[in-house]
Amino acid sequence: MYEQIAFYLFATLTVILFFITVMSKNVLYAMTSLAAGMVLISGFFFLLGADFLGVVQLIVYVGAVMALYAFAMMFFDATKDIKATHEKPLLVFFLGGMMALVFVVIFSAPVIGANIEAHYPIMEDVGNAQMVGMILFTKYLVPFELAAVMLLVAMIAGIILAGKKMDHSLTTNIEDVKEELLKGKK
Amino acid sequence: MIGVSHYLILSGILFSIGFIGVLRRKNLLMLFFATEVMLNAVNIAFTAIGKYYNDLGGQMFAFFVIAVAASEVAVGLGLLIVLFKKHGSLDLDTIAEMKG
Repeated sequence: MYEQIAFYLFATLTVILFFITVMSKNVLYAMTSLAAGMVLISGFFFLLGADFLGVVQLIVYVGAVMALYAFAMMFFDATKDIKATHEKPLLVFFLGGMMALVFVVIFSAPVIGANIEAHYPIMEDVGNAQMVGMILFTKYLVPFELAAVMLLVAMIAGIILAGKKMDHSLTTNIEDVKEELLKGKK
Repeated sequence: MIGVSHYLILSGILFSIGFIGVLRRKNLLMLFFATEVMLNAVNIAFTAIGKYYNDLGGQMFAFFVIAVAASEVAVGLGLLIVLFKKHGSLDLDTIAEMKG
Protein backbone atom coordinates (compact mmCIF):
# COMPACT_ATOMS: atom_id res chain seq x y z
CA MET A 1 0.00 0.00 0.00
CA TYR A 2 2.69 2.45 1.07
CA GLU A 3 4.80 1.31 -1.87
CA GLN A 4 2.00 2.18 -4.27
CA ILE A 5 1.44 5.60 -2.74
CA ALA A 6 5.17 6.35 -2.81
CA PHE A 7 5.55 5.11 -6.38
CA TYR A 8 2.70 7.14 -7.82
CA LEU A 9 3.66 10.25 -5.85
CA PHE A 10 7.29 10.05 -6.94
CA ALA A 11 6.34 9.18 -10.52
CA THR A 12 4.00 12.14 -11.03
CA LEU A 13 6.39 14.56 -9.34
CA THR A 14 9.39 13.33 -11.36
CA VAL A 15 7.53 13.54 -14.65
CA ILE A 16 6.30 17.05 -13.87
CA LEU A 17 9.73 18.25 -12.72
CA PHE A 18 11.59 16.80 -15.69
CA PHE A 19 8.95 18.26 -17.99
CA ILE A 20 9.70 21.67 -16.48
CA THR A 21 13.43 20.98 -17.03
CA VAL A 22 12.86 20.31 -20.69
CA MET A 23 10.29 23.05 -21.36
CA SER A 24 11.42 25.98 -19.21
CA LYS A 25 13.02 28.95 -20.91
CA ASN A 26 14.98 29.97 -17.82
CA VAL A 27 18.20 28.09 -17.16
CA LEU A 28 17.92 28.55 -13.41
CA TYR A 29 14.41 27.05 -13.22
CA ALA A 30 15.49 24.14 -15.42
CA MET A 31 18.47 23.37 -13.20
CA THR A 32 16.48 23.60 -9.97
CA SER A 33 13.75 21.29 -11.22
CA LEU A 34 16.37 18.87 -12.53
CA ALA A 35 17.99 18.72 -9.08
CA ALA A 36 14.62 18.11 -7.41
CA GLY A 37 13.84 15.37 -9.94
CA MET A 38 17.15 13.66 -9.17
CA VAL A 39 16.30 13.59 -5.45
CA LEU A 40 12.96 11.93 -6.25
CA ILE A 41 14.65 9.41 -8.58
CA SER A 42 16.78 8.25 -5.67
CA GLY A 43 13.44 7.49 -3.98
CA PHE A 44 12.75 4.92 -6.70
CA PHE A 45 16.07 3.25 -5.98
CA PHE A 46 15.18 2.98 -2.30
CA LEU A 47 11.80 1.50 -3.26
CA LEU A 48 13.56 -1.08 -5.45
CA GLY A 49 15.79 -2.17 -2.58
CA ALA A 50 18.94 -0.64 -4.10
CA ASP A 51 19.88 1.40 -1.03
CA PHE A 52 23.50 1.96 -1.98
CA LEU A 53 22.56 3.10 -5.48
CA GLY A 54 20.07 5.56 -4.01
CA VAL A 55 22.72 7.05 -1.74
CA VAL A 56 25.18 7.25 -4.65
CA GLN A 57 22.51 8.96 -6.73
CA LEU A 58 22.02 11.56 -3.99
CA ILE A 59 25.75 12.16 -3.46
CA VAL A 60 26.95 12.09 -7.06
CA TYR A 61 24.03 13.59 -8.96
CA VAL A 62 22.44 15.97 -6.50
CA GLY A 63 25.70 16.76 -4.75
CA ALA A 64 28.48 16.76 -7.31
CA VAL A 65 26.89 17.13 -10.72
CA MET A 66 24.39 19.80 -9.69
CA ALA A 67 27.09 21.78 -7.85
CA LEU A 68 29.22 21.57 -11.01
CA TYR A 69 26.32 22.92 -13.09
CA ALA A 70 25.71 25.68 -10.56
CA PHE A 71 29.36 26.74 -10.65
CA ALA A 72 29.50 26.54 -14.45
CA MET A 73 26.42 28.75 -14.68
CA MET A 74 28.43 31.58 -13.18
CA PHE A 75 30.28 31.69 -16.50
CA PHE A 76 27.12 31.90 -18.58
CA ASP A 77 24.40 34.50 -18.66
CA ALA A 78 21.75 32.68 -16.65
CA THR A 79 19.28 35.53 -16.28
CA LYS A 80 18.59 35.82 -20.00
CA ASP A 81 15.75 33.75 -21.41
CA ILE A 82 16.93 31.28 -24.00
CA LYS A 83 15.12 30.84 -27.25
CA ALA A 84 14.15 27.31 -28.14
CA THR A 85 11.91 27.51 -31.14
CA HIS A 86 11.67 24.39 -33.20
CA GLU A 87 9.97 24.59 -36.58
CA LYS A 88 7.79 21.51 -36.07
CA PRO A 89 6.90 21.03 -32.39
CA LEU A 90 4.36 18.29 -33.16
CA LEU A 91 7.00 16.23 -34.96
CA VAL A 92 9.23 16.50 -31.90
CA PHE A 93 6.53 15.15 -29.60
CA PHE A 94 5.67 12.39 -32.09
CA LEU A 95 9.32 11.30 -32.30
CA GLY A 96 9.63 11.44 -28.52
CA GLY A 97 6.58 9.23 -28.04
CA MET A 98 7.84 6.74 -30.64
CA MET A 99 11.18 6.71 -28.84
CA ALA A 100 9.43 5.82 -25.57
CA LEU A 101 7.57 2.98 -27.28
CA VAL A 102 10.78 1.57 -28.79
CA PHE A 103 12.47 1.87 -25.40
CA VAL A 104 9.71 -0.06 -23.59
CA VAL A 105 9.70 -2.76 -26.29
CA ILE A 106 13.49 -3.14 -26.15
CA PHE A 107 13.49 -3.55 -22.40
CA SER A 108 10.38 -5.71 -22.12
CA ALA A 109 11.35 -8.13 -24.91
CA PRO A 110 13.73 -10.14 -22.69
CA VAL A 111 11.18 -9.93 -19.87
CA ILE A 112 8.58 -11.57 -22.12
CA GLY A 113 11.16 -14.04 -23.37
CA ALA A 114 11.88 -14.91 -19.71
CA ASN A 115 14.94 -17.05 -20.21
CA ILE A 116 17.42 -14.87 -18.33
CA GLU A 117 19.02 -16.37 -15.26
CA ALA A 118 20.52 -14.36 -12.44
CA HIS A 119 24.30 -14.48 -12.42
CA TYR A 120 24.69 -12.56 -9.18
CA PRO A 121 21.58 -13.31 -7.16
CA ILE A 122 20.51 -10.92 -4.41
CA MET A 123 20.73 -12.68 -1.04
CA GLU A 124 18.09 -11.94 1.55
CA ASP A 125 20.25 -12.04 4.68
CA VAL A 126 23.04 -9.79 3.31
CA GLY A 127 22.65 -6.02 3.23
CA ASN A 128 22.56 -4.20 -0.09
CA ALA A 129 25.77 -2.20 0.41
CA GLN A 130 27.64 -5.35 1.50
CA MET A 131 26.32 -7.25 -1.51
CA VAL A 132 27.30 -4.43 -3.90
CA GLY A 133 30.79 -4.33 -2.39
CA MET A 134 31.28 -8.07 -2.77
CA ILE A 135 30.24 -8.09 -6.43
CA LEU A 136 31.97 -4.81 -7.33
CA PHE A 137 35.37 -5.85 -5.98
CA THR A 138 35.33 -9.37 -7.42
CA LYS A 139 33.41 -9.66 -10.66
CA TYR A 140 33.50 -6.01 -11.69
CA LEU A 141 36.99 -5.09 -10.49
CA VAL A 142 38.44 -4.23 -13.91
CA PRO A 143 35.53 -1.99 -14.98
CA PHE A 144 35.72 -0.37 -11.54
CA GLU A 145 39.41 0.49 -11.97
CA LEU A 146 38.75 1.67 -15.53
CA ALA A 147 36.00 3.93 -14.23
CA ALA A 148 38.45 5.32 -11.67
CA VAL A 149 41.00 6.13 -14.41
CA MET A 150 38.22 7.63 -16.54
CA LEU A 151 37.15 9.92 -13.68
CA LEU A 152 40.76 11.03 -13.18
CA VAL A 153 41.13 11.82 -16.89
CA ALA A 154 37.83 13.71 -16.84
CA MET A 155 38.92 15.71 -13.79
CA ILE A 156 42.23 16.74 -15.39
CA ALA A 157 40.47 17.56 -18.66
CA GLY A 158 37.89 19.67 -16.84
CA ILE A 159 40.55 21.59 -14.91
CA ILE A 160 42.61 22.27 -18.03
CA LEU A 161 39.63 23.28 -20.19
CA ALA A 162 37.97 25.52 -17.63
CA GLY A 163 41.17 26.91 -16.10
CA LYS A 164 42.60 28.21 -19.36
CA LYS A 165 42.72 32.02 -19.40
CA MET A 166 40.90 32.15 -16.09
CA ASP A 167 42.34 35.62 -15.37
CA HIS A 168 40.56 37.14 -18.39
CA SER A 169 37.10 38.52 -17.86
CA LEU A 170 34.37 37.10 -20.06
CA THR A 171 32.03 40.07 -20.19
CA THR A 172 34.29 43.13 -20.15
CA ASN A 173 37.08 43.53 -22.65
CA ILE A 174 40.35 43.81 -20.72
CA GLU A 175 41.93 46.14 -23.30
CA ASP A 176 39.16 48.72 -22.84
CA VAL A 177 39.65 48.67 -19.09
CA LYS A 178 43.40 49.21 -19.53
CA GLU A 179 42.80 52.13 -21.92
CA GLU A 180 40.37 53.74 -19.48
CA LEU A 181 42.87 53.40 -16.68
CA LEU A 182 45.60 54.98 -18.84
CA LYS A 183 43.27 57.86 -19.80
CA GLY A 184 42.45 58.44 -16.16
CA LYS A 185 46.14 58.72 -15.32
CA LYS A 186 46.73 61.28 -18.05
CA MET B 1 1.09 -4.13 -6.48
CA ILE B 2 3.85 -2.27 -8.27
CA GLY B 3 5.48 -4.57 -10.83
CA VAL B 4 8.37 -4.22 -13.18
CA SER B 5 6.10 -2.93 -15.94
CA HIS B 6 5.22 0.15 -13.87
CA TYR B 7 8.88 1.04 -13.57
CA LEU B 8 9.53 0.32 -17.25
CA ILE B 9 6.64 2.53 -18.36
CA LEU B 10 7.82 5.31 -16.04
CA SER B 11 11.37 5.07 -17.38
CA GLY B 12 10.02 5.09 -20.93
CA ILE B 13 8.07 8.28 -20.19
CA LEU B 14 11.11 9.92 -18.58
CA PHE B 15 13.34 8.85 -21.48
CA SER B 16 10.92 10.31 -24.00
CA ILE B 17 10.82 13.58 -22.03
CA GLY B 18 14.61 13.73 -22.22
CA PHE B 19 14.50 12.87 -25.91
CA ILE B 20 11.98 15.64 -26.61
CA GLY B 21 14.36 17.99 -24.80
CA VAL B 22 17.30 16.92 -26.95
CA LEU B 23 15.24 17.44 -30.10
CA ARG B 24 13.77 20.85 -29.29
CA ARG B 25 16.58 22.58 -27.40
CA LYS B 26 18.96 24.92 -29.20
CA ASN B 27 21.01 25.81 -26.11
CA LEU B 28 23.96 23.53 -25.32
CA LEU B 29 23.49 23.71 -21.53
CA MET B 30 19.85 22.67 -21.87
CA LEU B 31 20.94 19.79 -24.12
CA PHE B 32 23.13 18.61 -21.24
CA PHE B 33 20.15 18.74 -18.86
CA ALA B 34 18.08 16.66 -21.27
CA THR B 35 20.89 14.09 -21.49
CA GLU B 36 20.92 13.80 -17.69
CA VAL B 37 17.18 13.10 -17.73
CA MET B 38 17.68 10.30 -20.26
CA LEU B 39 20.52 8.74 -18.26
CA ASN B 40 18.41 8.74 -15.10
CA ALA B 41 15.52 7.08 -16.93
CA VAL B 42 17.81 4.27 -18.08
CA ASN B 43 19.13 3.84 -14.53
CA ILE B 44 15.60 3.27 -13.23
CA ALA B 45 15.00 0.65 -15.93
CA PHE B 46 18.25 -1.18 -15.10
CA THR B 47 17.50 -1.29 -11.39
CA ALA B 48 13.89 -2.40 -11.90
CA ILE B 49 14.85 -5.25 -14.21
CA GLY B 50 17.62 -6.27 -11.83
CA LYS B 51 15.06 -6.45 -9.03
CA TYR B 52 12.70 -8.45 -11.25
CA TYR B 53 15.36 -11.09 -11.98
CA ASN B 54 16.75 -10.92 -8.44
CA ASP B 55 20.10 -10.04 -10.01
CA LEU B 56 22.63 -7.44 -8.91
CA GLY B 57 23.96 -6.84 -12.43
CA GLY B 58 21.40 -4.12 -13.11
CA GLN B 59 22.53 -2.09 -10.12
CA MET B 60 26.18 -2.55 -11.17
CA PHE B 61 25.43 -1.20 -14.62
CA ALA B 62 23.60 1.76 -13.10
CA PHE B 63 26.74 2.53 -11.06
CA PHE B 64 28.88 2.66 -14.16
CA VAL B 65 26.28 4.80 -15.93
CA ILE B 66 26.50 7.26 -13.02
CA ALA B 67 30.33 7.27 -13.24
CA VAL B 68 30.19 7.93 -16.99
CA ALA B 69 27.64 10.70 -16.46
CA ALA B 70 29.82 12.39 -13.84
CA SER B 71 32.91 12.42 -16.05
CA GLU B 72 30.83 13.51 -19.04
CA VAL B 73 29.58 16.51 -17.08
CA ALA B 74 33.13 17.45 -15.99
CA VAL B 75 34.55 17.40 -19.52
CA GLY B 76 31.42 18.79 -21.14
CA LEU B 77 31.19 21.80 -18.86
CA GLY B 78 34.87 22.57 -19.50
CA LEU B 79 34.18 22.51 -23.22
CA LEU B 80 31.08 24.68 -22.76
CA ILE B 81 33.14 27.29 -20.89
CA VAL B 82 35.73 27.32 -23.70
CA LEU B 83 32.94 27.67 -26.29
CA PHE B 84 31.33 30.49 -24.34
CA LYS B 85 34.67 32.31 -24.11
CA LYS B 86 35.12 31.95 -27.87
CA HIS B 87 31.63 32.82 -29.12
CA GLY B 88 29.94 34.62 -26.24
CA SER B 89 26.89 32.40 -26.55
CA LEU B 90 25.79 28.80 -26.18
CA ASP B 91 23.17 28.92 -28.90
CA LEU B 92 23.74 26.19 -31.45
CA ASP B 93 22.78 28.41 -34.39
CA THR B 94 25.38 31.04 -33.54
CA ILE B 95 28.07 28.51 -32.62
CA ALA B 96 27.68 26.53 -35.86
CA GLU B 97 30.65 27.25 -38.09
CA MET B 98 30.31 24.63 -40.75
CA LYS B 99 28.34 25.64 -43.83
CA GLY B 100 26.04 23.12 -45.41
